[in-house]
Amino acid sequence: MTGLTSPAPRTTAPAAGPTPGAAQGPPPAADAGTRGPRRTALLPTAALVLGALYCLLPVAWVLVAATKPGDALFSTFTFLPGTGLGDNVTDLTAYRDGIYWRWMLNSVLYAGLGAVLSTAVSALAGYALAVYRFPGREAFFNVMLTGVLMPPVILAIPQYLLLAEAGLTGTYASVLLPLILSPYGVYLGRVYAEAAIPMELVEAGRMDGAGEWRIFLRIALPMLSPGLVTIFLFQFVAIWNNFLLPFIMLGDDEKFPMTVGLFTLLKQGASQPALYTLVITGALLAIAPLIALFLVIQRFWSLDLLSGAVKS
Amino acid sequence: MTQPARGVRRSYGVKAAPYGFLLPAAVLFVLFFALPIGYAIRLSFHKIEIKGLGLGKGAKSEVFAGLENYTSALTDPEFTAGALRVLGYGALVVPVMLGLALLFALLLDSERVRARSFARLAIFLPYAVPGVIAAVLWGFLYLPDVSPFHFLLDRLGLPRPDLMDGGPLYLAMANIAVWGGTGFNMIVIYTALRSLPAEIYEAAKLDGCSEFQIALRVKIPMVAPSLVLTFFFSVIATLQVFNEPTTLRPLTNGIPSTWSPLMKVYNDAFTGGNIHAASATAVILALATFVLSFALLRASNRRTAQGAGR
Repeated sequence: MTGLTSPAPRTTAPAAGPTPGAAQGPPPAADAGTRGPRRTALLPTAALVLGALYCLLPVAWVLVAATKPGDALFSTFTFLPGTGLGDNVTDLTAYRDGIYWRWMLNSVLYAGLGAVLSTAVSALAGYALAVYRFPGREAFFNVMLTGVLMPPVILAIPQYLLLAEAGLTGTYASVLLPLILSPYGVYLGRVYAEAAIPMELVEAGRMDGAGEWRIFLRIALPMLSPGLVTIFLFQFVAIWNNFLLPFIMLGDDEKFPMTVGLFTLLKQGASQPALYTLVITGALLAIAPLIALFLVIQRFWSLDLLSGAVKS
Repeated sequence: MTQPARGVRRSYGVKAAPYGFLLPAAVLFVLFFALPIGYAIRLSFHKIEIKGLGLGKGAKSEVFAGLENYTSALTDPEFTAGALRVLGYGALVVPVMLGLALLFALLLDSERVRARSFARLAIFLPYAVPGVIAAVLWGFLYLPDVSPFHFLLDRLGLPRPDLMDGGPLYLAMANIAVWGGTGFNMIVIYTALRSLPAEIYEAAKLDGCSEFQIALRVKIPMVAPSLVLTFFFSVIATLQVFNEPTTLRPLTNGIPSTWSPLMKVYNDAFTGGNIHAASATAVILALATFVLSFALLRASNRRTAQGAGR
C-alpha cells in the first residue's frame, strides 16, 4: 500500500511561501494590508467564496428554520426567521420526557468512550508497527488495512448475529465494541509514530534500563500526543456520525444515539407533520456541538493532521 | 531487520514487546472483523430448508446450499437495478466531488486568493455533520413548500420539478454526497500541496509559467498520489451508500427500500429475515470492492512508481 504512506516520508519544510496565515486570523482583512505586491485574483476568490457559501447553505437554513413556529415552516419564505426557537427547544425537551437529550447523552457516551478506547488501541498498535522490526509486521499491517475496505453492512450483519449469540445485542456494548478498532486509526498511529519518535530516544531509554512499556508511556506517548488528538477527533466524528451499526443493533430507543433517534422522529413525521419542527430543531442542536468543537480547536490544531500530515 | 541481541533478558523483552502492544488491536480484529467475515462467508453457502425466522435462531435446519444464494442474488432484478443505480450515482458523485475538492485545494494554495481561512473552514464544516442529518437538511430543502429553489422557479413562472423522484433524484442524492465529502478530500489534497517544496514553483516561475500553468503542469502531477488516495476512498464510500437514501425515504415515495445494494442487504437480512441471501449479496459487494480497490492500487502504484512499501 504505497499510496497510503506517501505523505510521511517527504520532509515537511512547512512550505514557507504559499500559506503562512492559513490557520488563524479573520480572513480577508488580515492579509489585505500586510502583503501588498500581489493583486487579489477576483475570479478564483469568487469561486472559493461561492463554494464556502454552498457548504454553509443548509447550516444557515437549519439555523433559520429552527426559529419558526410549527405551521410557519411550510408557509413562510425559507430564509425568513421566526421567533419560536425557545418554544421549539421547549417542545423538543418536553417530547416523551426529554428523550432527545437522552439520545444526545448516548451519542456523547458512544463517541467519547469509543474514541478514547480507539485512540489507545491505535496508539499501541501504531507504536509497535513504527518502532519495532519483527516477523509478521507488514503482514499484520496489510491485513489490518483491508479492514478499511470492508463495507460496514457486510460486517454488521454477522456482527449482529454473533453478538446476538453472546446475548449482547441491544446493549451499549453492542454499539461500542465493534467500533473500537479503526484500521484508519492504526494507520495514522503508525504514520505519526514514525515521524515523531526518534529511535535514538528509544535506545537511550533502553540503555537507562527502562522497560519497553515504560519507554512507551514516558517517552513515546507525550511525543505522540498531537497525533493522538487527531485520531481521537477522527474517531469521535466517525462514531458520532455512525448510523448503521446502532440502527441494526438497538431496538430500545432509550439507548439510541442522536442519528438513529432523529431518523425515527423523521419517520414518524411522515404521518404527524408537527414533528418536523422537532426534527429540525433537533438537527440544529445535534450539529451545533461538533461545529463549535471544530471552531474552537482549529486555533491550536491543524486540519491537515487528519490526512496524515506531520509537522516538525 | 531484527534487533541485534543485547543481553539475553532484555532481548527477550524487546522481542515480545511489539506483540504485546499489538494484542488489543489483534484481538479486536479477530472478534469484530475476521470472525464476522468468516461467518458471513459461511452463511452465504448455506440456506434454511424449512422457512423459519432467521436472525440467529433457526440455525438448526441449515443446509449446505452451494452457490445457490449467489446465483439467485446475481439474477435478482432488484439487486442489478440497485447496482446500476449506485453506479450511476457514483459516476455523478466521484468526479464532481473530487473535481471540486481539487479546485478548492488549488485555490487555497494560491497566494492571490482571499478569504482562504474562512473558506477552508466553511467547506470543511459538512464533515462534522452526520450523513443522516445532512440528508434531513437537504431533504427539507428539496421539499417544494420549503425549498428556495422552488421559490425561485415559482417567481420565474417555471414548473417545479420533483427533486426526489426519477432522474432529479440522482442529482439530489449526489448533491448530498458532494456537499458532505468535498471538504475532507480538499484537506487531503491541500495537505499534499503544502508539503511540496517551494523551490519547485520558483523554478517554474523563473521559466515564465503563470499560476494557472503551475497548477496544471506542476501541482496536479505532484499531488497525484493523494488524488489516487481520495479517488480510492470515494469509490468505496460510494459503493456503500446507505444512510442518505434511507433517511430520505420518509420524505418521498420515489425511493424504494432496495435503492442501493446495501439497502437491499439490510432489507433481506432484517426485514425479510433471509440472512443467507443477504450474506451472499454482502460477499458479492465485498468482492467487488476488493477487486476494484486492488485494480486501482495496482494502476496507481505503476503510475507513481514510488518504490517498495515501508
